[in-house]
Amino acid sequence: MSVDTEQLFDRQIVTQLSQSQQEPEWMLERRLSALDSASRLSLPKLEKTRIDHWNFTRFQPFTEEKEIASPAELPEEVRRMVSFEAEDSVVIQKNSSPVFARLPESPKNKGVIFTDLVTATREHEDLVRKYWMTEGYQADEHKLAALHAALCSGGVFLYVPRNTEVDLPFQSLFWASGKGVGTFPHLLVVAETGSRVNVVANYVSDNDSDAVINGAVEAFVGDNARVRIATLHTQGTDTVEVAYRRTVVGRDAHLEWVVGDLNFGRTISDNTTYMKGTGGNAEIKSITVGGGEQRSNITATVHHQGTYTESDIVSRGVMKDQAQTILNGITKIDKGASKANGVQAEKVLMLSREARGDANPILLIDENDVQAGHAASVGRVDPIQMFYLMSRGLTRREAERLIIFGFVGPVLDTIPFDSLRDRITGVIERKLK
Amino acid sequence: MSTAPKLTIKDLHVAIEDTEILKGVDLEVKGGEIHAIMGPNGTGKSTLAQALMGHPRFEVTKGDVTLDEEDVLEMEVDERARKGLFLAMQYPSEIDGVTNSDFLRSAVNASREEGDEISIMKFMKKMDKTMAQLNMDESFANRYLNQGFSGGEKKRNEILQMMMLDPRIAILDEIDSGLDIDALKVVADGVNSMRKPDTGFLIITHYQRLLNYIKPDRVHVVMKGRIVKSGGPELAERLEAEGYDWVKEELGIEDETIEQKA
Ligand SMILES: Nc1ncnc2c1ncn2[C@@H]1O[C@H](COP(=O)(O)OP(=O)(O)OP(=O)(O)O)[C@@H](O)[C@H]1O
Ligand SMILES: [Mg+2]
Repeated sequence: MSVDTEQLFDRQIVTQLSQSQQEPEWMLERRLSALDSASRLSLPKLEKTRIDHWNFTRFQPFTEEKEIASPAELPEEVRRMVSFEAEDSVVIQKNSSPVFARLPESPKNKGVIFTDLVTATREHEDLVRKYWMTEGYQADEHKLAALHAALCSGGVFLYVPRNTEVDLPFQSLFWASGKGVGTFPHLLVVAETGSRVNVVANYVSDNDSDAVINGAVEAFVGDNARVRIATLHTQGTDTVEVAYRRTVVGRDAHLEWVVGDLNFGRTISDNTTYMKGTGGNAEIKSITVGGGEQRSNITATVHHQGTYTESDIVSRGVMKDQAQTILNGITKIDKGASKANGVQAEKVLMLSREARGDANPILLIDENDVQAGHAASVGRVDPIQMFYLMSRGLTRREAERLIIFGFVGPVLDTIPFDSLRDRITGVIERKLK
Repeated sequence: MSTAPKLTIKDLHVAIEDTEILKGVDLEVKGGEIHAIMGPNGTGKSTLAQALMGHPRFEVTKGDVTLDEEDVLEMEVDERARKGLFLAMQYPSEIDGVTNSDFLRSAVNASREEGDEISIMKFMKKMDKTMAQLNMDESFANRYLNQGFSGGEKKRNEILQMMMLDPRIAILDEIDSGLDIDALKVVADGVNSMRKPDTGFLIITHYQRLLNYIKPDRVHVVMKGRIVKSGGPELAERLEAEGYDWVKEELGIEDETIEQKA
């Protein structure tokens, strides 16, 4: 399907969008150049998932929303994804607009910036210009990335100064609401040298929404910094969600990422980590649970460029009904990245006869002096294990539940925040009903 | 339920993938009794145990099993367990990601009414105490269920489950295999501590050694998918001393294994 992007979104729409957000000239230029790329580039090539008939282009690109005065105005399903205690930092975006933001005094006084990207661009232009779609997210990677770059609106910017530590997670929530909307959530995280920070991003939609969500996360983990990010996706059945996440990890820096791909609709999820500095360490963990006719393609890539870099990819997929998922793990080690160590394990558990899953471990290694390992498996619930558990009185349901949570345990158990773990557990329970 | 249980097995035939393994087993186990089952390898002992518990690979082709007059064969596996049937397996499953204590607590709660779940404190206390009794290191509570357990550790874990669940009829399939001499005594003590009128035992073993610690009321010999001889504890002693040849001779059996249909 060669959708003529040019006709759907012309330069005028992009220019208007940029002006309505009072963006500087350079930003508009980057957008317009991305728009050109969007019509030129093709869709990303995904391992074993056909996406040519997915809707990536039919939507209203800009849907403005009013600010809200308090979280109480949010619908319960949306509000419960975020913690709103007085000391919590929160930015909420509904469709194209930032609608709520709160940054308590304590992080603010440390010099932390946590606001929507429009405001950030106005108040901290140099910072945004330096990091926004430069070394992280690549607008010319494929058509979907280019579309995101051309059309993104709202967005969230988190900046943590040197040696600054904040325990409580910075929460953003991107909420797609209504029919025919397209949203382009963009989260940009810059953690300077020696900083420590936790980030939680939620992506939700109304149950009846058929939104196209084409989102991006860019994270820069400075030298010696430690960043923990959790991204939790719970989009509705009729949505299409594209999420490309790009992280650059500095010298002796630590990145821990937990992805909860718990959408009910079509999903492309792609997490790439560039291990640039010597001694960097990255743990990329993901859980996906699929039901109904759902299709998902989930990729975690770690690209080792620095020496002594270490990475661990752990992916788990649970598929029921007729759902299908493809889990890809890519460990790439460049020539010169000696003493690098990259391991990965992808596993799929199928709960029904019609469910399908695939696990593709890929090692691309151009350096001799490294370690790398992979494991992959696709299987069904073992009837002998079920027999064992049920022989102790557990019902079939309860036995299956234990096996499933045991299966996703290696990801779930490492989630650093109890409340988030509980929320993810809750969503998984709901998806398994 | 605290009345003495009665498990009745009548003319039980069991097949696996169209091969008949059990060819008519009759046996009655009542609360307070200990029955030992012995017999050469491959004669159907585990098949009997697994079929009683409802293992999905075994098909009952004929016969009846009742527990207190209730039809066991009609019940799902979990229902059998909740009625008080327990099987310590010869080869217990390993389950990744599920801790021993989480599993045990679910199992203990499974036979309790909703709203009447055991409190975590009470559960932990009971588990700690039982593990201590079985000489199990505390760390086993937080390890994944049987994952990487040694042969003997798995057996001890089966007995831990039995003691926590306090079944009415406990079937122990080669609980002594893989246990060192000290562990054998510890496990036997565990079993003996549960001897009471409310609990009946069916103990499958190859060795008199276990029966020195757990004195059986009846000993049965299985060959060719049937119980071919029964007696008192002295039968086990004679088998230990002389092997099975005299039984085969007495009964005119040449090949004690199961005849496979062509
Ligand atoms: N899954 C199976 N497929 C085919 N045959 C089987 C299967 N399981 C058991 N059998 C056969 O059934 C027969 C009885 O096996 P069973 O395990 O009941 O023996 P047992 O008396 O417990 O032996 P042991 O003393 O060695 O434990 C054996 O011949 C065995 O090979
Ligand atoms: Mg056996």
